[in-house]
Amino acid sequence: MMSYSAILPQLFDTLKPFTKPGFQLKEQTELVAELGLDSLQVMQVLLKIEDHFDISIPLNNLPNIRTVKDLGEEIEKLLKG
Amino acid sequence: MSLFDKFLPIQEARNELLKSGVNPFHVTVEKIISPTEAIINGRKTILVGTNNYLGLTFHPDSILAAQQALAQEGTGTTGSRMANGSFASHNALEKAIADFYGAPYAIVFSTGYQANLGVLSALAGPGDTILIDGDSHASIYDGCRLGGAEIIRFKHNDVADLEKRLRRLGDRSYRTLIVVEGIYSMLGDRAPLAEIVEVKKKYGATLIVDEAHSLGVLGQHGRGLAEETGVEQDVDCIVGTFSKSLGSTGGFGISFHPEFELIRYTSRPYIFTASPCPSVVASTRATIRIIQTQPELRQHLWTNSQNLYEGLTKSGYMLGAEVGPIIAAMVPNKELALAMWQQLLENGIYVNLMIPPATPNGECLLRCSVSAAHTHEQIENIIAAFADMSHGTQTHISPAHVQPGATLN
Ligand SMILES: Cc1ncc(COP(=O)(O)O)c(C=O)c1O
Repeated sequence: MMSYSAILPQLFDTLKPFTKPGFQLKEQTELVAELGLDSLQVMQVLLKIEDHFDISIPLNNLPNIRTVKDLGEEIEKLLKG
Repeated sequence: MSLFDKFLPIQEARNELLKSGVNPFHVTVEKIISPTEAIINGRKTILVGTNNYLGLTFHPDSILAAQQALAQEGTGTTGSRMANGSFASHNALEKAIADFYGAPYAIVFSTGYQANLGVLSALAGPGDTILIDGDSHASIYDGCRLGGAEIIRFKHNDVADLEKRLRRLGDRSYRTLIVVEGIYSMLGDRAPLAEIVEVKKKYGATLIVDEAHSLGVLGQHGRGLAEETGVEQDVDCIVGTFSKSLGSTGGFGISFHPEFELIRYTSRPYIFTASPCPSVVASTRATIRIIQTQPELRQHLWTNSQNLYEGLTKSGYMLGAEVGPIIAAMVPNKELALAMWQQLLENGIYVNLMIPPATPNGECLLRCSVSAAHTHEQIENIIAAFADMSHGTQTHISPAHVQPGATLN
């Protein structure tokens, strides 16, 4: 079972291509507000993350995911099953 | 801060649109003349953005049936079927739909939107999972939400992605509803239904197909994509609307599962709204008969679709999908799309302007929906108006201008 601390660096790596050059991703980074992702890009980010961790993130849970930390915790929860 | 502040961005966007002189999302049809013609801005206009696929809105049989029902049954039912009772004509309409599909169970709703709300929310609730295509119509999203099931989106028309997600569900795939559409309303592409049926069987899931845009359009008898694909027995439920090819309003669901009949007792969008009014029920019954007895309508529709498709392709337009009654010309950006939409209207052609977020992949579209009632001359006029723009303005449209799903990196 992957722990949150193991998930986090992989999450940073997956998100990196979606950031502007020099942007420093942190746990508190806000996905939409700070990365400036539109709805199309959000979908692409999610697809990449879902494939990387082999999970499906339900649409129902998206409103609660604002930061990288929220996303990491959601992934941890889904991996636990 | 007030409740109304959230409308500010919408107001700004609307004002921006109004600067161009017209509001494409608030067009007034001053007078409707026929299924394919109206007066808009004082001008006689060819309608090619109305989903009136078989052109049945003015069919004399349907009008007569509606007039008789109006005189005999009144203007409205003043309540829901559960509270006020069903009129015999509601039951007859359900029987007509069931017979048309050769299915034992059919339920009629007041609109297609409500059919999706009613059927999806009843079928999948808390503890269940729904897998929906990413390009699904708003009524599908809303129906899923209403039921409280877990909602997972798969990549549009991507069966490998769908299968991956079914696999990830493990045992839960047996309590999973897959939702797809026969023809997708924006680009006019179809679901790969044969492959979808295979994975649904492999994982023991349930499959529902929304045939809103394919009823009366696809299949030897006009029953839609499931008929066309030869998989009707493997589709668990079909939902659809009377508001497009049948030229009326209302929606329905059909199924081979006996439990489907019980949706009547659990579905809020069925129980808590007034039943369809008698004239609407009567005209729908009439047009269901017409599509069964006049297959030549479908033939006309396809000939017209083929002609428009070829004409627009020749003029250099990049179109959304294979030949079909929904023909969407892709335009590189919003400003150009608006200008072209307006120019078409000034030339007496009404199409749908479709822009993000309502469109897939952030696409800007001039969306045409062809009708069996279009004359050859009207189709020629539509093609000429489009061709005029691709040469007359500096807007040469080529695939290179369009980058679906353009990404950050
Ligand atoms: C795929 C789909 N489902 C459902 C509907 C809703 O149908 P209605 O207009 O009857 O509410 C539409 C049409 O808008 C649609 O495109």
